[in-house]
Amino acid sequence: MMEPDDIQQRLEEAFPGATIEVEDLTGTKDHYQVTVVSEQFEGKKLIDQHKMVYAPFEEEIGGPIHAFSIKTYTPGKWDEQQERQIQ
Amino acid sequence: MSKEEVLQEIESEVENNPIMVYMKGTPDFPQCGFSNRVVQIFKQMGVPFESRNVLDDPNFRYILQEYSDWPTIPQVFIHGELIGGSDICMELYQNGELQEKVKEATTPATD
Repeated sequence: MMEPDDIQQRLEEAFPGATIEVEDLTGTKDHYQVTVVSEQFEGKKLIDQHKMVYAPFEEEIGGPIHAFSIKTYTPGKWDEQQERQIQ
Repeated sequence: MSKEEVLQEIESEVENNPIMVYMKGTPDFPQCGFSNRVVQIFKQMGVPFESRNVLDDPNFRYILQEYSDWPTIPQVFIHGELIGGSDICMELYQNGELQEKVKEATTPATD
């Protein structure tokens, strides 16, 4: 188990200024979905973007964190996504 | 088997199979929702793929993680290249990139 606030904080440290959402999918603090919107993803392949999000949790994934679902967006992609949801 | 031998085995599996899926369980009996999601994507596309159940050997997944530098299962390789897990496969499937990659990988090269 890992507290959602701790996950949020660690992501904020890794992605300063990013939009970050942490969702506890099962209410058991071990199945998370995180969304990170950051300029740092600009020009990077999806797999490398996800690796960047995994990196701060190297110790926890597979241990206290059982499932870690990731969504990454560059600010531009995020705006597109938001517009699509409104339509 | 030594760790070196397992690493060699992984390398040969991902090189020799156009689509290689490392998963929990088998395509007919997936033992994790994320592994199931990847299987369903490939079944939906109607393309054959090779798979290996990482639960068969408790050490295997740690060696695989070291090989791929990817911390979770499932892991999908197309033509030896790690594509990602279920989130990335789903996203690439929805935007059509996965179909492109699969087509390239399963079409014999013509000169």
